[in-house]
Amino acid sequence: MPEVTPGDDGVQIDLISGARMEGLASMEKIRLILDGVRDGNIVILEEGLSPDEESKLIEVTMTEISPDEFNGIEIETYPQSQGGQGFLGRLMGKEETKKLTVIGPANQIQTLHKDENLISALVSRK
Amino acid sequence: MFSDAEPRRIGIYGPPNAGKTTLANRIARDWTGDAIGPESHVPHETRRARRKENVEIERNGRKVTIDIVDTPGVTTKVDYKEFLEHDMEKDDAVRRSREATEGVAEAMHWLREDVDGVVYVLDSTEDPFTQVNTMLIGIIESQDLPVLIFANKTDLEDANVQRISNAFPQHETVPLSALEGNNMDEVYDKIAEYFG
Repeated sequence: MPEVTPGDDGVQIDLISGARMEGLASMEKIRLILDGVRDGNIVILEEGLSPDEESKLIEVTMTEISPDEFNGIEIETYPQSQGGQGFLGRLMGKEETKKLTVIGPANQIQTLHKDENLISALVSRK
Repeated sequence: MFSDAEPRRIGIYGPPNAGKTTLANRIARDWTGDAIGPESHVPHETRRARRKENVEIERNGRKVTIDIVDTPGVTTKVDYKEFLEHDMEKDDAVRRSREATEGVAEAMHWLREDVDGVVYVLDSTEDPFTQVNTMLIGIIESQDLPVLIFANKTDLEDANVQRISNAFPQHETVPLSALEGNNMDEVYDKIAEYFG
């Protein structure tokens, strides 16, 4: 398949499978996401991040914000379903973190609507 | 909930402008006479985590001692242009945004490493179903930290405490106005019950 290089007239969307993320260390996942987002791409994770990884993503994002260059990220996931990640589940080692996650540059993606079943976002060009 | 005598560090968390410092100051003034830090309507007024040690709260003849950690509001984005709308020069706005980003990173670090319990403060006039709230509550739950949700600013006309209770039904929600000092008795009862 020929490689297509994104020009100025499009927005690149990277859909990253759970299998692709599975073998990566936390910081590698965060790097993969932020490198994509900083290039102006919309990154969609099939299985999302763990709470600890989300915490580190916020922290690393903050260290990379720079005036007139990178304002941070917009991130959306479906709300946690009740009982899916309870104390007992974690105790039994069944931590459920699989949730589709959309991440994009804060100045290019705007969430229009979000509920338990639907995330609607407006994506603009740089 | 805790047994030994060492004071527990209770982190006050939440999005920017929820009234975290107003609450921290209210608690500190009520029980120690001193404030913790300056309050402001401009977001990211608190850009460093501040700790007030050995705050002794007396409930029903029993003393509960906690350290209060007032943390910067957590967000996933900071744009210095936001501060220009608050009559700030560009240099000041850029400096403030840089300090704000450092503060958020610091708050996240405290949450992972250095707090024993969390008071999560929300502005009752705002929609609680935001990504930052969902993620932070998830992070707190994953650490098994005891957490109380404080629905602040109940003195405002648009306050909707029920919306917050509905958003996080797995946790106890306490309504209050930190600014006006409304419902502080219940606030201290719950702090003693959860973190004492």
